[in-house]
Amino acid sequence: MTVRIDLLPKTKYVVPGNSACAGCGMMIGLKVLGMALGEEAVLSIPASCASVVQGLGPKSGVALPILNVPFASAASVATGMSEAFRQLGVKGQAVVWAGDGGTADIGFAAVSAAAERNSDVLYIMYDNEAYMNTGIQRSSETPKGAWTTTTPTGKREAKKDVALILLAHGVPYVATANIAYPQDFYRKIKRASEIRGFKFIHLFAPCPPGWLFDPSLTVEVARKAVETGVFILWEYDNGELKLNPPSSALVDKSRRKPLVEYLKLQGRYAHLSEDQIKQMEEEIDRKWQFLLRFAQAARPRA
Amino acid sequence: MRTLAVLKTALTGNYAVAHAVRLAKPHVIAAYPITPQTTIVEKLSEFVAKGELKASFVNVESEFSALAVVYGAAMAGARAFTATSSHGLFYMYEMLWWAAGSRAPIVMAVVTRTLGPPWNIHDEHNDILAIRDSGWAVAMASNVQEVLDLTIQAFKLAESAYIPVAVGLDGFVLSHTVESIELPPQEAVDEFLPPRRPDLPLRLRPGEPITMGNIPSDDRLHAEHLKNIYRASQEAKKLVKSIDAEYGKLVGREYGGMVEGFELEGARYAVVCMGAWCGDAKEAVRSLRREGVPVGLMRIRFVRPFPDEEVAELSGMDRVVVFDRDITPAGGILGREVASVLGRDKVVNVLAGLAGVDFKADEFRKAVKHAVEGEYADRVVLL
Repeated sequence: MTVRIDLLPKTKYVVPGNSACAGCGMMIGLKVLGMALGEEAVLSIPASCASVVQGLGPKSGVALPILNVPFASAASVATGMSEAFRQLGVKGQAVVWAGDGGTADIGFAAVSAAAERNSDVLYIMYDNEAYMNTGIQRSSETPKGAWTTTTPTGKREAKKDVALILLAHGVPYVATANIAYPQDFYRKIKRASEIRGFKFIHLFAPCPPGWLFDPSLTVEVARKAVETGVFILWEYDNGELKLNPPSSALVDKSRRKPLVEYLKLQGRYAHLSEDQIKQMEEEIDRKWQFLLRFAQAARPRA
Repeated sequence: MRTLAVLKTALTGNYAVAHAVRLAKPHVIAAYPITPQTTIVEKLSEFVAKGELKASFVNVESEFSALAVVYGAAMAGARAFTATSSHGLFYMYEMLWWAAGSRAPIVMAVVTRTLGPPWNIHDEHNDILAIRDSGWAVAMASNVQEVLDLTIQAFKLAESAYIPVAVGLDGFVLSHTVESIELPPQEAVDEFLPPRRPDLPLRLRPGEPITMGNIPSDDRLHAEHLKNIYRASQEAKKLVKSIDAEYGKLVGREYGGMVEGFELEGARYAVVCMGAWCGDAKEAVRSLRREGVPVGLMRIRFVRPFPDEEVAELSGMDRVVVFDRDITPAGGILGREVASVLGRDKVVNVLAGLAGVDFKADEFRKAVKHAVEGEYADRVVLL
């Protein structure tokens, strides 16, 4: 499926009155979600930036049906909505729109349970790689080396690969996406919503105040993450795992841009030594090798 | 009154809950097993598997998620039920407040059990009483028949007041004890409890951009919302009575609304208690009456909202003996609540039956006698 950007729906679901920061990456993602599922989706949103950017009640700057819910509950609340739709004969898609903290950390038990049950939920984790709503504290999705207010000398531990963990639950659909590639994200939402069961999309969403870059550079930072190989676009559908463009053209390491082009845009990496950057490059290589072997193993049977 | 084709049968308290839920026809049930609640959800999953109840039964990984699932279902317009006990109830804590704050009309059975440490599965009321300020209506049954009737009534109350309702039953004493009961026919329950109006208090559905729970533009909006929940809880007292009366007309059993009075006519002393052991307390009252002690009993059915008006009717008593099957650093919970209406001087607060320790009718009799004769030196008596 090719998605032409000029043919995307024109109805706006992110409207004036929202209170997102300038250059918010997550908000770009929410716009795409609106385009793809605006008339079908009902959102379960846990405590997060996403609960704040809606603007001030009783009004809302996001024109979607939204149930704001406690931090760890989003996947379970969405399961309940989905079961209610089924029992009441309502055509709709329960969607979780949650941050990396609400997904990979405090809400993880509920996410894992919803996946294991194969509940009919589209779960989108917008990943800004830290607890941004409370002021930039590390999460299990913060990359190694990155500065946050609770890792003042850089995080020591590696980023948790939630998408692969969800894949291991045996759910029908798992993908990664990036706000710099809205057509790819749009297509993945559409594809996911065709499937009854648990679908997971890991959306890469840079955060200007949290990553310490100028708000005008959000899309540039997001694009560089893919072009340097830091973030890999892939999709697991119908038992097959494959890379998506442009990541699929970057299997050969020499075609990727130097990692430093991504790092130098962001203040959170400013303290890194050359050795640390070299180590980071090696870890990115290992991640690619692991994923490619995984893709090889997950090819459909002839 | 019409003659109903009731089914006379024998059930445990937990199976009575399950049958009441089956008759109430919920759309979504979610629960996590915990002793002594487990057989409720086992029975309900069996009803669903056999097609005797057309509902989604969702298996979850925790009680927190059990309540989150039924909360999501209720906010999308479904009738929803969960059940838990003790530590499971406490694991739900954040969701309990969120559900009440959302005016979600959920019904939950709470099979009362003490809290650890140590691990102990036996009866006590500390668990259900700990949620008394969360915004839920909290009721306790006193026998298996009432468990069934109260559970059916709870759906009507929740969907009339837009307050979630917790129905308590004593662990093992009721949950696992078989009693002879009457099951009302489905038509009678259908008449009493029509399908839920899914659009109230609001309904999350595709294409309707309603946002529930985002940050208020003015804290006074939130404050007003909290006051409205208080007002709704006060209004719910009337609903408890009218729903009990309506149910009574239909099936022939009425419980008295917020409280049940027993032998209060001509009494100078009153016993106040809650839950299954009120049966033993009544036996003690009968026995004391035979001895010539003018004592009656008020059984608290709903502890939230609190029956202030009914308790105030005891103000003419010389002494009121409140039995708590709970303990806090400040004494018994019911004892303090009753004293807040009647004043401290009138109330003797007896804390007994803790951690599942049996407290028999004769022990009630002795305790009441001591209390009315002024033989206890302290206001809080630990037995």
